[in-house]
Amino acid sequence: MSEPPAADAGTSTSAFAYGVRIALTSVFAFVIVFTYIGFGAMAHDYGFSVGWAMLSTALQWAGPAQVILVTGLGPGTVLIETAVAVALSSVRLLPIVVALLPVVKREDSRPWQLVVPAHFMAVSVWVEAMRHAPALPRAHRIPFCNGVGLTLVGLGVAATAAGYYMQAVLPALFGAAAMFITPISFLCSTARNARQILEKAALALGLVIGPLLAFTQVAFDLLWTGIIGGTIAYLVHRYARKRSPAA
Amino acid sequence: MSFAMEPFLALILIGFLPSEVWRWLGIVVGRGLDEESEIILWVRGVATALIAAVVARIVVLPPGALASIPLEVRIGALGIGFLAFLLIRRSAFAGVLAGEAALVLGALAFGV
Repeated sequence: MSEPPAADAGTSTSAFAYGVRIALTSVFAFVIVFTYIGFGAMAHDYGFSVGWAMLSTALQWAGPAQVILVTGLGPGTVLIETAVAVALSSVRLLPIVVALLPVVKREDSRPWQLVVPAHFMAVSVWVEAMRHAPALPRAHRIPFCNGVGLTLVGLGVAATAAGYYMQAVLPALFGAAAMFITPISFLCSTARNARQILEKAALALGLVIGPLLAFTQVAFDLLWTGIIGGTIAYLVHRYARKRSPAA
Repeated sequence: MSFAMEPFLALILIGFLPSEVWRWLGIVVGRGLDEESEIILWVRGVATALIAAVVARIVVLPPGALASIPLEVRIGALGIGFLAFLLIRRSAFAGVLAGEAALVLGALAFGV
């Protein structure tokens, strides 16, 4: 960890360039390319056009929701059910944006100035932003996030097109391996960022409560897991803090 | 009104808006909060638990192609990947590579 640079060091352009560099050297550059080659091939399988698949990546920018959309637009599917499934699968975007904004916003940030950086928010960009942005002067944090976000979205869109045209030559296991990279990368990168008992407890609780609620087919299982696991983790954090105020 | 719906209109109405609305809501809620506030700590807990829930859900109730891999291989690969992450300098890259290798080898061993 280097010392935070002085408030007047660099420009927002250099902060953006720093974000580009962080994105390209992040594990998520690899993860996003792998994921979206798989998504592009899948969109081809389901008969969508390459332009549609690329636009889906640029606009949705949420892997699990994109898989639900591609598989949920076929004949005999109920569109409102697909829309609800997409929304429920993307609930994580709400707490991610809420947790990030106080870290990156400026006193004078207007809501419309936050729409673009919020659009880039996904677990990948969030993990890198929460890891690196606090070391930057506040004025440079949003340009930094935009650099990370635009780079990863750009890689995702390019990989979607590449996967679309590679569909016929990809090995049989590629699709499964591309879908598996989402959980394994979310798990390792979130664990890497988990320094406090708060995040460690939340991660463990989510892994235990999530399958319980999913298997028992509780409605809104992801949402409930987040609220229950997050609340218990917060209480554990408060308890640990009370016992040793330095924690 | 299933496949007859214009695909790009479906992308906007059924794909983009239901996801993006969470980000917009996040701006409304998060803008007024303080970085050091208690509520932000709670939100960080909820976000982390939700990410873990997504991890667990994809592994135990996988979509599409991943469902062809047996459950024990999927869970085993997640565990091996996480163990590699812990053992190899807490490198997320090491965890991802080890997990993927375990998934593919396990799938081949089970004759998928």
